[in-house]
Amino acid sequence: MTRRRRIDPALCFVAPALGLIGVFFLVPVVASLVLSFTDFDIYAIADARHLRLVGADNYATLLRDPRFCTALRNTLYFVLVGGPLSVAVSLGAALLVSARLARFRGFFRTVFFLPVVTTLVAVAVVWRYLYHPRFGLLNRGLALLGLGPIDWLGDPAWAMPAIILLAVWKNFGFNMIIFVAGLENVPERLYEAARIDGAGAWQQFRHVTLPMLAPTFVFVGVVTMIGYFQLFAEPYVMTQGGPADSTLSVVLLMYEEGFRWWNMGHGAAIAFVLFAIILACTALQLRLRGLKLGEREVATAPVGRRGAEEAGA
Amino acid sequence: MLLFGALGCGRDSRGGVVVELWAMGREGEVVAELMPGFERRHPGLRVRVQQIPWSAAHEKLVTAYVGGAMPDVFQAGNTWLPEFAALDALEPLDDRLARSPALVRGDDFPGILDTNVIDGVTYGVPWYVDTRVLFYRRDLLAEAGHPDPPRTWAAWTDAMARVKARAGPERYAILLPLREWQPPVILALQLGAGLLRDGDRYGDFRSPAFRRAFDFYLDLFRRGLAPGTGEAAVANVYQDFAAGYFALYVSGPWNLGEFRQRLPPGLNGRWATAPLPAPDGGYPGVSLAGGASLAVFRRSPRKDAAWGLIEYLSEPAQQVRFYRLTGDLPARRSAWTEAALERDPQAGAFWTQLEAVRATPKIPEWERIATEITRHAEAAVRGTMTADEALGALDRNVDALLAKRRWLLGGAGTR
Repeated sequence: MTRRRRIDPALCFVAPALGLIGVFFLVPVVASLVLSFTDFDIYAIADARHLRLVGADNYATLLRDPRFCTALRNTLYFVLVGGPLSVAVSLGAALLVSARLARFRGFFRTVFFLPVVTTLVAVAVVWRYLYHPRFGLLNRGLALLGLGPIDWLGDPAWAMPAIILLAVWKNFGFNMIIFVAGLENVPERLYEAARIDGAGAWQQFRHVTLPMLAPTFVFVGVVTMIGYFQLFAEPYVMTQGGPADSTLSVVLLMYEEGFRWWNMGHGAAIAFVLFAIILACTALQLRLRGLKLGEREVATAPVGRRGAEEAGA
Repeated sequence: MLLFGALGCGRDSRGGVVVELWAMGREGEVVAELMPGFERRHPGLRVRVQQIPWSAAHEKLVTAYVGGAMPDVFQAGNTWLPEFAALDALEPLDDRLARSPALVRGDDFPGILDTNVIDGVTYGVPWYVDTRVLFYRRDLLAEAGHPDPPRTWAAWTDAMARVKARAGPERYAILLPLREWQPPVILALQLGAGLLRDGDRYGDFRSPAFRRAFDFYLDLFRRGLAPGTGEAAVANVYQDFAAGYFALYVSGPWNLGEFRQRLPPGLNGRWATAPLPAPDGGYPGVSLAGGASLAVFRRSPRKDAAWGLIEYLSEPAQQVRFYRLTGDLPARRSAWTEAALERDPQAGAFWTQLEAVRATPKIPEWERIATEITRHAEAAVRGTMTADEALGALDRNVDALLAKRRWLLGGAGTR
């Protein structure tokens, strides 16, 4: 009885959450880390004696595997081109639907957000028709401009741009909403002051809007990057990684290794390499913005107070 | 969990024993219609059919095996059997087959039955059969001077060259989707290539036979007889076949029904099927032994009931009914004769072809090796690798995939 009283009440409150995190997060993560040092496969499922500890072999083969390099290159291509493009489109759309002159703002916000909530599989079917080399709408449009037909999903050089286009269209609405929230938090008095100082529209955007959105950019940038590194559904549905592995992403490769071929060890190793890459890139991105990983500003609401006051001062 | 399994799954509220059957795709949708007949004959038994989409079927079966939730009877693509045999999930069926009055030996197609035999043990009973034949436009081939389907590679190439010459640069002679491993593998099997060597321990893709087949295959693209673009270029095989975008197509029985349904009525009688041409003599050329089998879970507590269900589904009458419901070609020859299928102008080609089918290597790694073949063949077609480079890389990758198998066979393991 006396012992029970000594338990910290705080512990009681966090215990359910800690328990859940332990069972559904920590245990699987540790298990897959262990798995990544074994050659767990279909033979090991049949008989545990067929399981071998292989040390860092999975990681070593991974670095030598040309397919992994291809997947990494494709994923970086997607992140570096698709990420900034997606953020730029989101910002543009946010400015449009927030503009005071715009009509039916609620309607357009809904329309732009719709692709985010539609099922990717359904969207992919429609986009496959848009991309059809002979009958697709996109190539019809190009033909009107006098440009030759593009085999969007069949040509290795064009498949990734096609996937990027689809992903940007599908995802920009989410970031747009965050930018809209950020824009609404920019005090009107700053624009007023800028106008009195004789600033034009571009100067207002450059010297008021952008600095005030800086914290939003941190959030959007990090979240978009993490999401884009995990590219999976678009190529899985549209191209299955083809043609000629030109849309094979790291997560798609991991899925293939793990759940198609049951090379769980190999798949787990890919997962941890991807985790390390994302962690490093996130840290790098925060460093570039003068923040450290784990610092509070990252987690706060899109518009930080500090930024507003600095810009207002 | 066990208790729940024994009480919940083994018996139903009416006290009968419940046999669980997992079937995939279209088969899973309609097989329930055959069950009342079985239940009438076995009053104590009930069958619970679980339908699983093909795309998730393999994953779900392996997961069910790991989780101890396997059904008593399940449908399995016959290339999966080696894998489930390696998992020790399959009941050997030789004794039951030998004693069965319903399943007469010799009533099946030997090449198909062979895919169910792994290391001398039979693990599955063919349910329906599948192989690939030539689908062709009779009118286009006749205009090109080939009123009869080609019987040799030489006649085949000649027919394709003539069709292409008449079709012009925008159209092609044959459709060989780059996503399919089957066309190059069929050509290699026709030349007697073994695909793997030393007891399936190493890849054997630089063998003269495979090399010759591979060159023949690549040549079809080099000469512009087959479109070299990806799958996206052909969004609708049926429209394109009707429009004459291509005149020949190597495909399977599922397209019999699809072609009849989807091709415009005007094309009736202008397309046909034929067994595959052979490299030299010996028509027809070999094709793949495919299809699906029914297998019994090794640790099922209801094996006799499960076997009874397999016997019932193998009866010619049920096979014919199943064919009418699904279009799947029956695995029993007596069912073919009962439905007069072998005289059907379009299904008849399959009847001939099924006498000349060969199995791909019966090892768990085969599906993965097949995708490696696709990747390297595609690279060679696109010209990112030469034929030599592609086959060399293919051999290297396949050798790496088979490393664990070599270790197991080497005696360090238990098998």
